[in-house]
Amino acid sequence: MTSNWPILSLLIWLPIAGGLIVIAAGDQRAALARLLALVFSGLTFILSIFLFAAFDTSTAAMQFTELKPWIETFDIFYSLGVDGFSVPLILLTTFFGVLVVIAGWEVIQERVHQYMAAFLIMEGLMVGVFAALDALLFYVFFEAMLIPMFLVIGMWGGPRRVYATIKFFLYTFLGSVFMLIGLIYLYIESGSWSILEWHQLPLTLAVQTWLFLGFLAAFSVKIPMWPVHTWLPDAHVEAPTGGSVILAAIMLKIGGYGFIRFSLPITPDAASALDWLMITLSLIAVVYIGFVALVQKDMKKLIAYSSISHMGFVTLGMFIAFAVFRNSESGRGAALGVEGAMVQMISHGFVSGALFLCVGVLYDRLHSRMIADYGGVANTMPWFATFAVLFFMANSGLPGTSGFVGEFMVILAAFQANFWFAFLAATTLILGAAYSLWLVKRVIFGEVASQDVAVLEDINAREALVLGTIAVAVLLVGLWPEPLVNLMHASVDQLLQHIQQSKLPLAGG
Amino acid sequence: MNNSNMLLAAPELWVLTMACVILIVDLFLREERRGIIQLLALGTLVFAAIITLRADYMAEGLRSVTAFNGSFIRDPMGDVLKLFSFIVLALVYIYAKHHLRQFRMFRADFYTLSMFALLGVMLLISANSLVMVYLGLELISLSSYALVAFDRDSPRGSEAAMKYFVLGSMASGMLLYGMSMIYGATGTLDLQLIADSIGSNGGDNTLLIFGLVFLVVGLAFKLGVVPFHMWIPDVYEGAPVATTLFISSVPKMAAFAMAIRLLQTGLGSLQDDWSQMLAVLAVLSIVLGNLAAIAQTNIKRMLAYSTISHMGFVLLGLLPGTPEGFGAGMFYVIVYSLMSAAAFGMVIMLSARGVEAEKLDDFKGLNQRDSWYAAIMAMVMFSMAGVPVFVGFFAKWLVIKAALDAGLLWLAVVAVVFSVVGAFYYIRVVKLMYFDEPVTEAVIDAPVDFRAAISLNGIMMLGLGIFSSSLIAICMASFGA
Repeated sequence: MTSNWPILSLLIWLPIAGGLIVIAAGDQRAALARLLALVFSGLTFILSIFLFAAFDTSTAAMQFTELKPWIETFDIFYSLGVDGFSVPLILLTTFFGVLVVIAGWEVIQERVHQYMAAFLIMEGLMVGVFAALDALLFYVFFEAMLIPMFLVIGMWGGPRRVYATIKFFLYTFLGSVFMLIGLIYLYIESGSWSILEWHQLPLTLAVQTWLFLGFLAAFSVKIPMWPVHTWLPDAHVEAPTGGSVILAAIMLKIGGYGFIRFSLPITPDAASALDWLMITLSLIAVVYIGFVALVQKDMKKLIAYSSISHMGFVTLGMFIAFAVFRNSESGRGAALGVEGAMVQMISHGFVSGALFLCVGVLYDRLHSRMIADYGGVANTMPWFATFAVLFFMANSGLPGTSGFVGEFMVILAAFQANFWFAFLAATTLILGAAYSLWLVKRVIFGEVASQDVAVLEDINAREALVLGTIAVAVLLVGLWPEPLVNLMHASVDQLLQHIQQSKLPLAGG
Repeated sequence: MNNSNMLLAAPELWVLTMACVILIVDLFLREERRGIIQLLALGTLVFAAIITLRADYMAEGLRSVTAFNGSFIRDPMGDVLKLFSFIVLALVYIYAKHHLRQFRMFRADFYTLSMFALLGVMLLISANSLVMVYLGLELISLSSYALVAFDRDSPRGSEAAMKYFVLGSMASGMLLYGMSMIYGATGTLDLQLIADSIGSNGGDNTLLIFGLVFLVVGLAFKLGVVPFHMWIPDVYEGAPVATTLFISSVPKMAAFAMAIRLLQTGLGSLQDDWSQMLAVLAVLSIVLGNLAAIAQTNIKRMLAYSTISHMGFVLLGLLPGTPEGFGAGMFYVIVYSLMSAAAFGMVIMLSARGVEAEKLDDFKGLNQRDSWYAAIMAMVMFSMAGVPVFVGFFAKWLVIKAALDAGLLWLAVVAVVFSVVGAFYYIRVVKLMYFDEPVTEAVIDAPVDFRAAISLNGIMMLGLGIFSSSLIAICMASFGA
């Protein structure tokens, strides 16, 4: 199981090294830069397939672990490892790593080498986030990742890109510094930076609550939760297509991953005590943001709000577990919730990534993201319309697509906790369908709206390849989620067992 | 206390000798051969580093040794700080030469003055008595005043020098006043003996605390922390960049050492009292420095306010009074000096045709003019902002950890929140370089040594960050943490 060659390190450093090589290709040789980027992201993806193939799904223990001293004075290790939570997310990252390179192939004409390099470096850093087992190493990746994204939005973004990117940077930076204080506190308490050791560390409820709030500050901004979501619509709207795709497909997941890796196992008692807060915020995100999405005039903004609403499902699925435990001993519903949240994250990665790519396809042709500028696209772009309709259906949770699986699992779990939670969560099936299908109606179907739309060209082979690949993934997860769920099953069980046990120090001890 | 102790001060003696040699050699040099001065100065630094590294006392297993009747001390902290002073000063010389040449100020005086200032830095770092502290400090200050006014024809420079001189003299006066009171209370100038005397007498130490207040004021002025920071923005802006480059980097390490010598060695038992004072200074500096920097349009002023906030962070490391905190402060001040050197180096690099690139707008579109130097400046800015994986993050992280260790949660929260505020103006520079169109297409040109040095300096931001382990270990070991 533990292979002799450091596959995780390779997954992190290969794209980063690739990024540096692409930069060295220089501004003049754009074709070379594109090719190199494709080679490096492709190699990384192939490597991650090996990781997936060699991953042992029967155990919740960390696999492919690597451990080297980094800053010995403070017990910081370069410590990597993956379990059932990180492997699917790493696969998602490397998968989109290839797709954004292809998606930006012709679209990006200025400073191609820097664009490609930024995405490659970002890919490596994101894999690092999912693989880090040392909290400081995690934090370093978590923060460093902001830099390439900051540059991507600011350099290749829309008209209000500077405002959007600075807001994005400062918002997430502010959230994470509170986490840093929490991490340092945990180190002072435990004398170690190992996340896994922190899972076992007894902490009083007061301390746990503060730590939980610290983590919440970082991860709720990242995922994002209502009411700290306001950076996301701005960032999405202004970001270039590739930036939006990575932001929606992977960066948001880092918030969810953080909850699973830090908040739940390190501060289970606080999470249990504060689960009402998390559930309330999640339901507000699901319902209220769903309504907000309904009234958007800008396609990217609509998808951005829809992302926030879907992420509400993720947090709901994770934090519903405590309510389920209180209601029943079996806890089967709790597992459904967490697994549903994970499936939802993966599915949303595919779907939102695909939706942003679809908007990108339209934007490249008409240079508008406004719904009102379109109409009857199906008449001129039949292939595009096919894909777009599929993805919007998946977004609204149509059975048979990946969007359905996660939402359904979370709603089932919510039923075991409280009928009203499930009821409110289920409104998303209506709201999601409403804003998705209404957008489809206005943009894809109907009369050809204008002269511009009438001359639209259908997607080319490159775009068809990108969208087609994701379509396959969406249907695969939708029809046959078994392998994905199996992948994380052992880890979910272990997590749930863990969070059921109180970490409060024994009385008098 | 025999004469062989003189050898302990060999690096100082060497620098003193060479400062005089440079002064004399210059008399016999023709204008076009002045490059020799630069080589002499760099050679001096290299050799000084070599003799500093030959620390025989460490081989004998000693933590520290004193010379000159206990007024001079060699210890690992001092040696490390001196070595980094040499390194940073070498960078300063390489950057400054380009500036001085461009502005037709390439005279040996810059080297002599800064060499004497370096001597002051070294003496201050190794000071073990109040007199030595004062001597070192004055040597730095007097040389700095002259350096600020180095461009004789610049009214701004003269004004800045005047201001610096008046305020600096006042601070020195305060410091002397404080020292006299400490002397009055303890009857000795030797810092070690002061510590012993405070430890043994117990009882009433009103006089000591009165003296301590004045010491802290003098110290705060030299570090440039709020509310004794007024001179910093004006001096940084008014002085030629070459001088700003110097006074913003090397003397800060000396000021840090001075804080350690006075507060830890001498008045360590009054830690409760001085740590409260430092806490106020630290918070004010971090808050005001970061807020004021946002409003600046002149990069020299912006970096001046950023310095103020960085010094607040250094104090944050000092005030818990733990070896780990001192180590964190030391790491911070070293890292800060390197970052500051690189930032002002970039300002020099962009200056052209006799105009200093001191407006923030001069950085517009740098990425399109030259992406490598834009990347260097971006690394420096991200490092100053404390974004991982750059070395500035590790510096901030260490001092915040030191504060948390001491249970100062509120200080840590203020520090991190205002480092986010600070991030705004640093990333604004990145924004100017990467997101805006250039206002000029002028080719960026600099001599080979300059380009090599600034590239190295920029890569240090990343390299020292990823491989921060050994430098952290050295700093911590200097205080036995």
